[in-house]
Amino acid sequence: MMQSFAEMSARERLAAIVDADSFLEWLPPSERVTSPHLAQLGVPAAFDDGVAIGRATLAGCAIFVAAQEGAFMGGGVGEVHGAKLAGLLQRALRDRPDAVVLLAESGGVRLHEANAGLIAVSEVMRALLDVRAAGIATVLLIGGENGCFGGMGIVARCADTVVMSDIARHAMSGPEVIESAHGAGEFDSRDRALVWRTTGGKHRWLSGDCDVLVDDDPQAFRAAAVAALDLHRPMTLHALQQESALLQARADTDGDNADAFVLWTRLGVHDARAVPDLEADAVRALRPAAVAALANGGA
Amino acid sequence: MDWHAVATRLFGADHAIVADGDFLAGTATFDGVTLAVVGTTHHAAVGVDLALRQARAVLATIAGHPGRPLLLLVDTQGQALRRRDELLGIHRAMAHLGCCLDLARRRGHPVIGLVYDQALSGGFITSGLMADACHALPEAEIRVMRVPAMARVTKLPEALLESLSLSNPVFAPGVANYVAMGGVRSLWDGDLAAGLRAALADRDISDRRAQEGAQRGGRRAAADVIRRVLEA
Repeated sequence: MMQSFAEMSARERLAAIVDADSFLEWLPPSERVTSPHLAQLGVPAAFDDGVAIGRATLAGCAIFVAAQEGAFMGGGVGEVHGAKLAGLLQRALRDRPDAVVLLAESGGVRLHEANAGLIAVSEVMRALLDVRAAGIATVLLIGGENGCFGGMGIVARCADTVVMSDIARHAMSGPEVIESAHGAGEFDSRDRALVWRTTGGKHRWLSGDCDVLVDDDPQAFRAAAVAALDLHRPMTLHALQQESALLQARADTDGDNADAFVLWTRLGVHDARAVPDLEADAVRALRPAAVAALANGGA
Repeated sequence: MDWHAVATRLFGADHAIVADGDFLAGTATFDGVTLAVVGTTHHAAVGVDLALRQARAVLATIAGHPGRPLLLLVDTQGQALRRRDELLGIHRAMAHLGCCLDLARRRGHPVIGLVYDQALSGGFITSGLMADACHALPEAEIRVMRVPAMARVTKLPEALLESLSLSNPVFAPGVANYVAMGGVRSLWDGDLAAGLRAALADRDISDRRAQEGAQRGGRRAAADVIRRVLEA
């Protein structure tokens, strides 16, 4: 029985992804760098503010790595949490590791300190784009139970490579938020099948929003991260023009249908209705060639 | 303030900025230099389509007018809260807009953000917050959520949050607090043209927000944490 990546803690994931005993943590829990704002609110803090950062090796290559802990405030980005990520990325720009690997699990901005979190997320985004522009591979692994949402969902899409498991979710607003704004008719957050085919790993793979689809298995994530170590996608004017055109074409393909089955079918997936019951392996084979162009990684 | 009024006060009556639904785009002349203007109005909910329209306008500027300054006019209620947008990857469309602004900066376009009305959460993060620096009008509103909503979500007493927000900008909405936190570089008060002129003259495009948050006392931890990571 393989271990579930989704059920592991951030530190367990880190240990499983990088080379054995290679992780050296910066600002570890022993330094107790905690959120001053949670303290003011009387809310329990975490000694790492919900994110572990440091350097390690991956298949012998030097990487900088971070892992967000979903069990602490849903992986929400507060001032300190965001500054740890921004600091890691700024250090990567200075020290030039081969890659930066982020194990993302986050509901987005931490609402207890939301104003600082919002600014922090945009600082992380600019720093990530600096690292990518410097030719350092940026790799996002999304496989935690809380998914990757809000500002972190945006940050993740700024990386060279996005890896997801079939049970992971990657989107902007959670279904509960959408339901509370526009009702269950707009998005029924209790309809798990609907939630997953709208934001889950299989959908992101079939529609080209993630570059690699893996099983919920730490070794599969590790292998995908290793494969992404030398994948560089320079952000050129041409590449962004192409991205614009592809995203617009996909929106036009959907029309106003807003249904995953219809969209997959229109994109060229045969027997779209069968997808939710398939294993990741089978879904990997279903991505239409035309959609592969939407993904960074190609077919 | 209405975008027409902002545009007229900055550029006079003969600017060429037009609204198409919630989308603003066009050009204007300022101190003899042509600017590209891209933005939103009517407290737009930014979904896939509106993010892509803004992205295309930025890319067209990069392609057709190298170096032309970009002014982002921000008025948004946040991201569109629709299932269709989630299905079609609103996070990706917003990231794309942010990447286009980032490319513009790298290719030498000054990118200036101005919150002229309202800026909330997701609609703001890949527009004004991706500028070289973001500025705001004093009467603008910037927030993730209001105190009552924050009290509900965090299950903390509203009175506690209200009292803490008097001394800690992190807990309270408002442009002055975003200035204190370094997220907004300056308020354009009264003479808007002077604000734009100063913003265009500032060619240090490094991200100084954490340092400014520390200097101004509104966000004291971030710069120190970043420094400690760099020195660890």
